[in-house]
Amino acid sequence: MNEYSLLLTLLLPLVGAVSLLLGHRSLAFQRAGGIVFSSVTFALSLYLVYVVDRADFVVIQVGDWQAPFGISLVADRFSAVMVAVSSFMGAAVAIYALAEIDEARLRKFFFPLYLILLFGVNGAFLTGDLFNLYVWFEIMLIASFVLISMGGEKGELEGGLKYVCLNLLSSVMFLAGAGIIYGKTGTLNMADLAYNLSVAEDVNWVISSSMLLLVSFGLKAGIFPFFFWLPASYHTPPSAVSAVFAGLLTKVGVYALFRSYTLMFAPIFPEVQPLILVLAVLTMVTGVFGAASHFDMRRILSFHIVSQIGYMVLGLAFMTPLALAAAIFYLVHHIIVKTNLFLVSGVVIRLKGSCDLAKVGGLCKSAPWLAILFFIPAFSLGGIPPLSGFWAKFALVKSGIEIESWWAVTAALLVGVLTLYSMTKIWGEAFWKQQPENVGAGPLPNPVGRIAYMLAPITVLAVTTVWIGLFGEPLFSFAERAAAQLLNPQEYISAVLPANTEVLP
Amino acid sequence: MESLIAVLVGVLFATGTYCLMRRSIVKLVIGVVLISQGANLLVFTTGGLLAGRPALVPADGVAPPAPFGDPLPQAMVLTAIVIGFGLTAFLLALVTRAHEAVGDDDINAFNNTDT
Repeated sequence: MNEYSLLLTLLLPLVGAVSLLLGHRSLAFQRAGGIVFSSVTFALSLYLVYVVDRADFVVIQVGDWQAPFGISLVADRFSAVMVAVSSFMGAAVAIYALAEIDEARLRKFFFPLYLILLFGVNGAFLTGDLFNLYVWFEIMLIASFVLISMGGEKGELEGGLKYVCLNLLSSVMFLAGAGIIYGKTGTLNMADLAYNLSVAEDVNWVISSSMLLLVSFGLKAGIFPFFFWLPASYHTPPSAVSAVFAGLLTKVGVYALFRSYTLMFAPIFPEVQPLILVLAVLTMVTGVFGAASHFDMRRILSFHIVSQIGYMVLGLAFMTPLALAAAIFYLVHHIIVKTNLFLVSGVVIRLKGSCDLAKVGGLCKSAPWLAILFFIPAFSLGGIPPLSGFWAKFALVKSGIEIESWWAVTAALLVGVLTLYSMTKIWGEAFWKQQPENVGAGPLPNPVGRIAYMLAPITVLAVTTVWIGLFGEPLFSFAERAAAQLLNPQEYISAVLPANTEVLP
Repeated sequence: MESLIAVLVGVLFATGTYCLMRRSIVKLVIGVVLISQGANLLVFTTGGLLAGRPALVPADGVAPPAPFGDPLPQAMVLTAIVIGFGLTAFLLALVTRAHEAVGDDDINAFNNTDT
């Protein structure tokens, strides 16, 4: 019974995509199907979290070929919560897309591609096999390639080209890294790989391939110095698409980094820890400076993704129970908040025709509800109590103080201040100042649907971040249990490879 | 044989990188294709190269006789080649459309979304 919860979260988006393709003539069916399938996936993913929290691990050996020979699907607490929060976001954005995605894009199979994207993301979270992780990445990427460039406008094609090329290079490095690891260890099952490395006498010979994977996942996650493609492409598609990208796709890279350095490459982690620490701090700093220097709402938000990714990788670099719990909490918080901010920017475009801060203004007066809905996620991202971002940053900084990594903590605090600065810039320019004369582009001429469809998911996400901030204890204790699981890879290994349990050291 | 293939992988990566460094988007595509083929060949070679030694189990045995080819890298490469073909096709279509939209083959003209 437990296995079905895992299998269904994976299969339902695929079934949805296929049935939407079959019924592609009816636009109403596309819209309804996109929402129904993503919502049911969300409900099932909550059940998966419940099941995993009670059973610790849910493992499926596909085709009943036992690991390490077969393909394993594994859900531990970390992957379950990632699936849940990404499905939550998927359902919210599907509702938003009702109003924003026009007919032309719907006819070009927006919703089937969207569901395939969720399918690939869920698969990447749930797989227990390195090569399958590559395949899931590709499924996710192919869908995202089409989504980012399907509009066919100049900016979208240009941003899409950059996005596609950099992600292809990252996939190539992933493939090369996985191939070399297979050549060295003879296995690709993550648990088997971790087991072989944990009992090996000398593990330094996998550092080269772990570095290839670090570069590949770093490119996908957008860490320093591989982030430059992200702010060049994420602001080009419609906000519904860039919200999904901003919320989800970089987090899959972060997830892969966590998975590889807490499980597969845990034995060599001490060797690469200083490198990851430096990369995390530089990611935070460069991202926030980029954000501070820009003057377009969506570009500022794109740079913020980069700096926030730095916080999560910082949690990985500290590698204490509290730091990992903080990073998991941060991932959940950031997916919700960043998606929300991109959705708000879509409403701003809808109302004002532009996201350029020089051209918009006066939103506080003309749309006070939107101002409140922007205020909440923006200040949550900046880390103002009692919103969810405060607890995430607080736990991360506390864990840094515990291990006395003073310069990283100082950087994290300063970046928090600068984040707040660039958020107040958006607030002051777009919401507070007067609407500038003579440059207003005016509202979009032919809006697709009602604005209520856009505001409902924004409100839900904003309420969620307040809720996590006020009553975040259950989530944080869940994150602590997930971190404990991550720090104890032997449990994962014996869950996937029962035959090896008795020979474990 | 392995060292020859290793040199070939190196040549593919080097040529691909050179093409990526050029300013034409067509060469960009060629570079991506060459590099991905280099990676495919690399994965293929990691399994060891053995001619005429398939991993077939004899009728009365439990394992194939000692030096046998490893089928897993070949299966992986097959998957990677298929994925690579799909992505190349998409990339070509995208480059064509982007070329129409921007009106230039020069990557320096693709700077409207840069930050």
